[in-house]
Parts: sequence; structure tokens; C-alpha cells
Amino acid sequence: MKKVVRGFYSVAYAVKLCKPNIICAYPITPQTEIVENLALMYANGELENCKYITAESEFAAASILVGASAAGARTFTATCSQGLILMSEVLFNAAGMRLPIVIVNTNRALSAPLSIWNDLQDSMALRDAGIIQVYVENNQEAHDMVPQAYKIAEDKRVRLPFMICMDGYKLTHAYEPVDLLDQNVVDSFLPPYSPEVYLTTKKPVAFGCYAPPHIYMEFRVAMQRAMERAKEIMEKVFADWAEVSGRNWGGHLEVVYPDSKNFVIAMGSIVGLLRKVVEELRNEGISVGLVKLRTFRPFPVQELRKSLENAEKIIVIDRSVSFGYEGNLSIELKSALYGMSPEVISFILGLGGRDVPKDFLKELVKNAILGKEKSGFKGFKEFEEVIP
Amino acid sequence: MRFFGRGHGACPGCGLAIAVRNILEALEGKCFVVNPTGCLEIISSQYGRNAWGVPYIHPLFDNAAAVACGISEALKVLGREDEGEVVVLAGDGATADIGLTLHGMFDRNHDVIYICLDNEAYQNTGHQQSALTPLGEATTTTPAGKLMLGKIGRKKDMVAIALAHGSPYVATSSAVLPADIRRKVKKAAKIEGAKYIQIHCPCVTGWGIDGKDVVKVGNLAIETALYPIVEFENGKLLTVRKVKERKPVEEYLKIQRRFRHLFTSPEGRKVIEEIQKIADENALRYGIDLKK
Amino acid sequence: MKIRLNIGAISEPLQSEQFKTGDWGTEWSFVDREKCTACRVCEQFCPDGCIEVKEIEGKEVAVVDHNYCKGCGVCASVCRYGAIKMELKELFKVDVC
Ligand SMILES: Cc1ncc(C[n+]2csc(CCOP(=O)(O)OP(=O)(O)O)c2C)c(N)n1
Ligand code: SF4
Ligand code: SF4
Ligand code: SF4
Ligand SMILES: [Mg+2]
Repeated sequence: MKKVVRGFYSVAYAVKLCKPNIICAYPITPQTEIVENLALMYANGELENCKYITAESEFAAASILVGASAAGARTFTATCSQGLILMSEVLFNAAGMRLPIVIVNTNRALSAPLSIWNDLQDSMALRDAGIIQVYVENNQEAHDMVPQAYKIAEDKRVRLPFMICMDGYKLTHAYEPVDLLDQNVVDSFLPPYSPEVYLTTKKPVAFGCYAPPHIYMEFRVAMQRAMERAKEIMEKVFADWAEVSGRNWGGHLEVVYPDSKNFVIAMGSIVGLLRKVVEELRNEGISVGLVKLRTFRPFPVQELRKSLENAEKIIVIDRSVSFGYEGNLSIELKSALYGMSPEVISFILGLGGRDVPKDFLKELVKNAILGKEKSGFKGFKEFEEVIP
Repeated sequence: MRFFGRGHGACPGCGLAIAVRNILEALEGKCFVVNPTGCLEIISSQYGRNAWGVPYIHPLFDNAAAVACGISEALKVLGREDEGEVVVLAGDGATADIGLTLHGMFDRNHDVIYICLDNEAYQNTGHQQSALTPLGEATTTTPAGKLMLGKIGRKKDMVAIALAHGSPYVATSSAVLPADIRRKVKKAAKIEGAKYIQIHCPCVTGWGIDGKDVVKVGNLAIETALYPIVEFENGKLLTVRKVKERKPVEEYLKIQRRFRHLFTSPEGRKVIEEIQKIADENALRYGIDLKK
Repeated sequence: MKIRLNIGAISEPLQSEQFKTGDWGTEWSFVDREKCTACRVCEQFCPDGCIEVKEIEGKEVAVVDHNYCKGCGVCASVCRYGAIKMELKELFKVDVC
């Protein structure tokens, strides 16, 4: 059923179709409308076998899901920015306990200064938590990603939390035509959650045991292996999804014009803009392709190396920064391509919702290819610091 | 059937362990235990040496109440409510200091029995003060020195906080009153909503007492009225453990290393008087003295 | 040799029982079967669950499991019938000169 809906609704609707047992969240702009929509569905009795809980904080919301998930429930939350950071202690813990909680993070900048607008700083800060991270380009992809997220996270070979990252406002509040899934389609794709071990008096196991030095490391190695297995399992799930839904979003990457000499690489909604930029530059006779990175954790190293094998120049579009170093994606990409020798130019832009007009982006990419633009922050005003 | 296995790592004479065994037996093992970081977790939940015979989860130091809410709601949604009670077994630090999710649990009134095992400091990390550390106790973060004679300020009144939240059942007890613990836990299990029970748990290591004196010390806390044993249902005071001949607080204080400085420092007298005042107030507030 | 791991460090129940704590203390508790009335008070108090009332030679009495007894003395302090004594382990009975 194709409808023009806003991003938050496309997510809420998909969540409903996945039949979670416990939904628990705390409002934060621009995520709030996702859980408001779910609350409304709950209030109208549209969510079967489900309890919707408004927690007193994101920290509590994530904690409630830890308990629910350990007890065998399918769980959902959405958050971003300060909320995600407040959840972080719990999320690291959930990953270690191997609880397949699904989170939608509506990417938003971090304070200070306070900003409700979009960049990727929040989810990047949780890069090392042991949570699968997929970035979506549009609201259809966000919608489609929800059932896939459950299927991957709940796979017993994986059992890790899953974070769908969608750009705050740019996607959450955008009206787009979305083909809303049929319950039948989701049911045939996603079986009910029935974990092998969970908290029950029938077989009283203990979760969250502590591990002294002689055994701790083994559990961390097991997490790393789960991430590595997830890489393959995700590809299979992506392919299955293409079959049941008729929409193929590609694998961990989507490569447009794979035979190009130069490439732009980015994640999230800005990919949409880059598609146009690349078309226009190619019309001008410039050999440039596009890599849309969908999966950020596990990081698809081999896929990137293969796709960028013959690249001469790679332009990385970063919307977050590791202060004291450089853009996060750029850091990761360079490490993935270690030993290969393309020139990597990285632009950090769009922080805190700073506008990135198409022509500005096009000029940057073009000049980079022509060797006239260096790495760094782009699109800020020149300033002088006032140091008291 | 055992619910708390032998071979756990508690210090000999640990009050927590006495309380926990009685709580689990009162519930006949039909419960889910949520246990934040602390002594109890460390003595019972090392991987491969798990002491629990009931389903158990140790999440973090600061979120046990919320995790319990999640289990409670999940059991309802999944139609598995009759499997048992959801019980939090949390330290005083996890309860009165860092465990803010307790307030959400009360506010939404989830069906949870929240039990604070009050050993009056952060024992697991080596005896630092908590909001439930009593006035004058020397801890490693409130040491007895020239300027300071141990903890400043009284125990946070968690009972009043639980009551202010409208908790349907609020009680205190002591590890040295196993029958009282069992009765109160059983009673709490019959009541729907977010219940709060605070149990005084002598700690041999932190308090500087001998295993042989655990019961004596625990009883003196009650007999001095420093630890009132009370019970509220729907906000109404139901029972109070009365004391025939209230003992002076010195008797309680002098046999514990944590209060020793009060007897050796010239300023200590004032603190002891202050502590006596707290006991007198408790006695008055709850009518602890048995009328002659 | 390979070890087997439960993912997420999930543990099986009551594994602690494999670990005997009977050698922790310097003392053990002993029950005088004549004095014991099988009132079970000590049972409720033992932090380690290692004193239990059992039937022995037709009489119910408290029995200490020295595999686990840490010698804390709590049981002895609560027995109203004076039926429990703490005794130094042989190992610690040394002459100090
Ligand atoms: C967020 C966080 N801060 C600090 C700690 C360190 N820590 C672990 S247990 C503990 C104190 C526990 O005290 P209490 O709750 O009273 O339990 P007890 O050990 O006394 O039974 C502290 C400070 C932690 N684990 N997590
Ligand atoms: S330190 Fe205290 S509370 Fe902790 S195990 Fe020892 S006696 Fe028990
Ligand atoms: S408390 Fe004393 S009398 Fe009662 S069972 Fe134990 S040993 Fe026997
Ligand atoms: S001495 Fe302590 S550990 Fe031993 S049986 Fe008595 S109470 Fe239990
Ligand atoms: Mg404590």
C-alpha cells in the first residue's frame, strides 16, 4: 500500500508489523513522533501482545528492555543524541548479554552547544558498543529495515542489539511516498521471537555473570565472532528481503558506477543528494562513482577493498568528527584500505544540521577530483576564537 | 530444593546471605532475581560458579529497578505471570544513591518486590559511604580525622520516599529476624504493585564485627530503636516491632569498629548524643517503646 | 584443550556447590545431639545453608556439613538450647611458645 507518509510514521508502522512485546522509550526530538505514533496505536488496541511503556528516562527505557528481552520478549525503542548517550551504559551491557534489542536512532547532534538538528555524532559515539549499525538513505529503506533488523539481531548465531540510524528531521520529518508493508509479508519473513535461553523459573539460568581475567576475554572474542558472522547473515537476510518485498537495497554497500576512477562515499540521507551530484559530474565528463555505505558495524572491509580496488581518489563525506583526529568514516575507511594507495580526501560537513546545498556539495567533490580542494571542515564561517 | 547454593563467596557470618536465603525460601524459589552490582552479586554470580537456583540477572549498578519492571511487564505480555515474583535484591548504594530508576518503578507501580539489603555502605568496593550510612560511621570516604568524625548527616529515609510514592506495601526488617523477613516477603508477594522492603544486614567486614556477634549487633540496632522494624500497607502503619527496655545507643556503637573513633575522640561524645537523639526520635515516631 | 562457553556469560544454576568453603575458617560448628530440639532456628540463620535438621538414628537433629561450614559462629549464637559449640580445627591447635 503506497502512501505519502512522514519518516517517523514509516518506522512506527513497520515496528507494529513486527509485533514487539515491549516498546519502551522516552521522548526526544526528533524521535518523539515515532513513539507517539506507537503510543497511539497502543491506545487504539492495534498492538497485540504488546505493552507500551513511557519510561522516566532513556537510561530507564533501555534498562526496561534489557529485563524484557532477557525474559524472552521482542523489544523496541527509539532515541537519539542525548538520549542515546544516556542509554549508553545500558546498551554496552545489553550487547555483552547478547540481547537482540532493536533501536531506531534518529541521528541528531550532541550538546554543547545544544542542537536538535542532524549529524551522526551520536551513533558514532556508540561505534564500539557491540551493536550492529545500519544507516538508511530514505524512509522506505527505514521502513524495510525494521523487520530485517529483528531477523538479524534475533538470529541465534548473532544475538546482538541492532541500531537503525536514520537522519533526524531530514528523514524523520520528511514526507515521502512509502510502500507500507503488508502484515502477511512481514509474518512470512519474520518468525516470532523464541530464544533458546531466557529468564524462566522452568530452567533458572543466570544472566550478567561477571568474568574474572581468566575468562573475560573469551566473551569479548565471542562478540567479535558474532559480528563477523552477522556480516554474512545480513547479506543473506538482505537478499531474502529483496525477494519477499521486491525491493533490493543491495548488500552492505551499494556501488553506483563501479568502474569509475574517482568515488564519493557517504552514509545516510546525504547519499540521495550525492546521487544527483554524481550524475551531473558524469554529464560534465568526470569519471566519478558513488559508494553508499549501509552497514557501519560490522564494518564491511573486504567489500570496500574490492569495490575501491581501482579507485584513484576517494572523497569521504563525514558528518561527525573524532575531535583531535578527523571525520569518523574517513578514519575507518583509511584503515580498511590499508596497503592500497588511493588518495583519500575527507570532508566534514553538515554538523548540527548545517545546510549542505547540492551545488555546494558538487563543487566540493569536483574540486577535490581536480586536486583543488583539501580535506577538512566545509561550509562553516571563518571565525576568530575569543579566548577570555 | 536449594535456591541459594552453598559454596558462595560471602564472608563468614554475612548478613546479606542470611537475608537472601530467607527471602528465596519464603517465595519457594518462585521468583526472578534482579541484582545490581555489589557484594551479593560478587559473592554469587561469577561465571561458572553461579550460586543461584532461581532465574537471575545482574544488569548494572544503577538500573535494577527498571530491569525488574521490564521482566515484570514481559511476563505479563507473554502470559507467564504465574512463574513467579520479580524481586530486586539491591544494596543500599544501588538503592538510595545511584539507582534512580527506582522512582520510575514506583511511579508506574510495576509489580515488583524491591528489596534493599542495607549493609549501610558500599561494602563491595571497600566500605565507602552511601546515603544509608548512619551518622558518625567511619567509612573510607568519610574517615574519622581531625576535622571530621565519620559520616555527616542521617540515613536517607527511603521508607518515607517509598510511602510518598504511594507504594502499596513498605516494610523494614533485619537479617537477624528470619521469621519476620519471611512473613513480610510472603505478604508483599500477595500484593500487586511496586513494594519496598528494606532489610538491615550486618556486614562483618565493613562494620568490624565478629561472626559470633552478628546477631547481637543486629538485635541491638532494633533494641536501641536505631533501626525501626515497621510495616505499612497502603500508607497505613500496620505493625511496629516494640521494645521492652530500650538500650542506649552506646551499647550498639561500642562493639563495632566503624564507630570506635566516637569513643576515642573527645568530640565523639557529641556525635553519640546526636545518634541517641535519632534513636529517641525513631522511638517516638513509631511508638517503639512498650508502655509500662 | 577447548573450553565450552555459554554466550553472554549465561550460567547454569547452583554451580557454586562444587566449591567447598569448609576450609575457610579456623573453626567448625558441632551440634550436641542430646541438647538439640530440632527447632530449626540455626537452619534459618546459617548464611551458608550448611546446617540442616535431618533424621539421624530415629531422631531429628541439626547436622553441620563441614564441607561448607565457614565457622562463622552465627548458628551457635542463636541456638537457645546451647546445642552448638564452635571448635578450633585440629590444624590450628598449635602451641605458641
Ligand atoms: C556506574 C557505576 N559506578 C560505580 C560502580 C562501582 N561500584 C560497584 S558496586 C558499588 C557499591 C555497592 O554498594 P551497595 O549498593 O551498598 O552494595 P553492597 O556491596 O554494599 O552490598 C560501587 C560503587 C559501578 N559498578 N557502576
Ligand atoms: S563485605 Fe559484608 S556484605 Fe560483603 S560479603 Fe562480606 S560480610 Fe557480606
Ligand atoms: S537451633 Fe539449636 S536446638 Fe534448634 S535445631 Fe539448631 S542446634 Fe538444634
Ligand atoms: S558456623 Fe556459620 S557456616 Fe558453620 S554452620 Fe554455623 S552458621 Fe553455618
Ligand atoms: Mg551496601
